[in-house]
Amino acid sequence: MATGQGSRAAGAVAERIRVHGPDGARAARVAGAVVDPELPMLTIADLGVLRSVTVRPDHDVHVTITPTYSGCPAVQAISADIDSALRAAGYRSVTVETVLAPAWSSDDITPEGRDALRRAGIAPPAHQTAGPVPLQLSVRCPQCGSRRTEQLSRFGSTSCKALYRCRDCAEPFDYVKVL
Amino acid sequence: MTGSGTSGSVPDPTPTHDSRATAVATAERVSGATGPAGDTDIAEYALRLGDDALILAQRTAEWISRAPELEEDVALANIGLDLLGQARALLSYAGSLTGRTEDDLAYFRTEQEFRCAHLMSLPRGDFAVTIVRMLIVSGYQCELYARLAGSLDQTLAGIAAKAVKEVTYHFDHARDWTIRLGDGTEESHRRMVLALQQLWPYVDELFRTDELEARLVSAGVAVESRALREPFDARLAPVLTEATLQIPAVPAAAGGGRHGEPGEHLGHLLAEMQVLARRFPGASW
Repeated sequence: MATGQGSRAAGAVAERIRVHGPDGARAARVAGAVVDPELPMLTIADLGVLRSVTVRPDHDVHVTITPTYSGCPAVQAISADIDSALRAAGYRSVTVETVLAPAWSSDDITPEGRDALRRAGIAPPAHQTAGPVPLQLSVRCPQCGSRRTEQLSRFGSTSCKALYRCRDCAEPFDYVKVL
Repeated sequence: MTGSGTSGSVPDPTPTHDSRATAVATAERVSGATGPAGDTDIAEYALRLGDDALILAQRTAEWISRAPELEEDVALANIGLDLLGQARALLSYAGSLTGRTEDDLAYFRTEQEFRCAHLMSLPRGDFAVTIVRMLIVSGYQCELYARLAGSLDQTLAGIAAKAVKEVTYHFDHARDWTIRLGDGTEESHRRMVLALQQLWPYVDELFRTDELEARLVSAGVAVESRALREPFDARLAPVLTEATLQIPAVPAAAGGGRHGEPGEHLGHLLAEMQVLARRFPGASW
């Protein structure tokens, strides 16, 4: 539910994230600006892991987030960072809850998030393909733009990434996997 | 595992032993719903799935710093981490129904209280054994979780819908290695044949349905293990064919892991996994 209040950034946050209560847009902007410790170029709003922000009349804030992968160790750091950010913004009581359903998808990364990944040298995930036969287009090198790339390992430095190499510029790079 | 549960609640609580309130709050945060069938049955079912994931996560993690190449070391660590995440969600849910935390269940149960299939606790063996086990378990979990995502129990459905995406990657990884090693050198083929002979007796236990499971199947909560055998066989057959491998003609092992008759290796694994939590209860760092 978009409230339509606040800055342009808050408006962008509110489109994708359920916001409730008075002052909800401001709290959502503060929480949504927290970055993923393993992908620090991405805010949790752009990564799509921030699900809802509810400000109760007594100014308590309730936030729900979802992990990218079940075992993602960043969840605890993100929870702690949301708590600190909201307290610094004047909210006295903050609870952060982890929800699993609906499961996170790499399609939940915003267009802004995809651009931020690319600028940081990480290839953004392909969009999910429907149908019985998954179609995987070649991954574009974030350094030189070539499509002549190859997968070195399906599992990379974090759960959500695979390791690729460009056959034109020879640079290795991370690719956020389709999930 | 940490003391905080699957929840992201902050500040991070220290591990608690028998805090009913913490366990229930954790489950509410994870699920927001309770199941339609008997809580005791559901808790037992969640333990079976969660213990499979936890014990295999522990075995998989033994490879860290010992895998045949760096990329594979990273891959096995990630796969183990996925399994650990699934285990935490399942154990937290089981604990929420019985008044225990995920840490109570992971660190303070005896081997007779675990509910994992014997296949999970077998020693990691060589790389061929690890790959064949990953192929078997991820193939089984792909079929299981795809169906469990439709469970009437919203918590189990949510955990399964997430897990199925992850185990699909595990199966792809195991399939690639199975083909590469099975259809590889004489030595790699020989080891894959040995690994299949060693592990295949333990496959049968994954597909047994008992009374408890049957009750939950009737209630629309659980997936009937017996009915997974056919899709499992169909999933593995083309992989083994391409790998020039065959399912060995070996008798099924007795099993009993779901009913408090653990395999001989589980106790040794638990001794290592639990020692710190038992020596220093409530430890955090």
